[in-house]
Amino acid sequence: MSKYLLNKFLFTVDRDPELVERYREDPRGTVDWWESTQANLILNCHGGEASTWLRFEDAEREALASHDYVKLFEMGAHPFLTLTLFIAMFERDYEEPLGFQKEYARKLGHMSLPYPDIAT
Amino acid sequence: MAELVAVIASTHHPFYYRASTATGEDRPPFADEWVRKVLAFRETLTRARPDVLVMVGSDHFHQFWLDNMPQFLVGKAPFYDANWYNEEREFGLPRMLLTGQEDLSEHILREGIDAGFDLAFSNELRIDHSITCPIITLRPENDLPIVPIYTNIFAPPLPRPKRFVELGRTIRQLVESWPSDLRVAVIGTGHLSLELGGPRQFGPHGPDPEFDAKAVEWIANGDIEGCLAEVTLDSLHKPGNATHGFMDFMLMMGVAGEGEKADYVDTYDLFHTMEAYFTWYPRGGRP
Repeated sequence: MSKYLLNKFLFTVDRDPELVERYREDPRGTVDWWESTQANLILNCHGGEASTWLRFEDAEREALASHDYVKLFEMGAHPFLTLTLFIAMFERDYEEPLGFQKEYARKLGHMSLPYPDIAT
Repeated sequence: MAELVAVIASTHHPFYYRASTATGEDRPPFADEWVRKVLAFRETLTRARPDVLVMVGSDHFHQFWLDNMPQFLVGKAPFYDANWYNEEREFGLPRMLLTGQEDLSEHILREGIDAGFDLAFSNELRIDHSITCPIITLRPENDLPIVPIYTNIFAPPLPRPKRFVELGRTIRQLVESWPSDLRVAVIGTGHLSLELGGPRQFGPHGPDPEFDAKAVEWIANGDIEGCLAEVTLDSLHKPGNATHGFMDFMLMMGVAGEGEKADYVDTYDLFHTMEAYFTWYPRGGRP
């Protein structure tokens, strides 16, 4: 499990308006690009000092590539990061105020305490 | 020495700015009453005539990230830019610029470290809505210098609740030992029960009204002992998965002192969370 890397994807995409749109439109392509070129960058360090060991597990890559926020929750991705990014991508598709947020809650309705551990 | 003229603990609801400034059809039905409550709360700070604000909040994965995560951090800079792209995007928050009170930051860092808290520091800190929300609600003129203090309530492993209370007590001692004739208010924001990104989010009330009622009693009565007897890092998962933000309220109870009843208490039951507003005047009574 690489919860840290899942979170790093959500964190770096969420803070970049262009990446938010790119991930909305082309999730699989964005995840592949990100894993091959961005995943190992240490934030605030130049590319020559990147890490060498970070990669997604297959199920993690698939959860991101299929916009599967329920799976991300089950895997212990940080729920604040997931929620914030997915609101940015999909709130606009719902007429009712908070419509997306409420559907998001409903889709997680099968989860009970204790929730998956989010510690990294 | 500086004088601690007010201790204020509040929720920080990022939707307040948009709700309170919306007009016509866009204005939500709960906005007028919310504004009325916030104006009354604001008056409790105005009346204390502060010169400087110590602002306790928590970075929401904006400047601080899992590759380098401080538990407690004090800003020491002449200015603080504020609010982030994703806060503009989701909450409509405006970009802001706040002034820093660097000599108080320096005092808190030096004396805080000597008092047993290995405080991290930042000389270039962009602050987020945990600190700008109370500026918007309590001091919208944004005319006072601040010392921002960030706590980690977000990325486990977290400090335990008792540590938050102890830091609050220490912040009070440090403010009161600051060689200055300025009037200082300490303002901290957190949450009651809250769920974000989980099945109990965005309900008609906060996820755990029973916890909220109990929490308001603890805070209003300064019942630190009772609160610490029940609240643990594990227990805070039960009222909602983001309820660890309650520990910033516990920090503020530490600033106010054991058994110190709040001079002003108000709450507002909203969708998603309960709002809660508390003010203590440390010398007792109203200023």
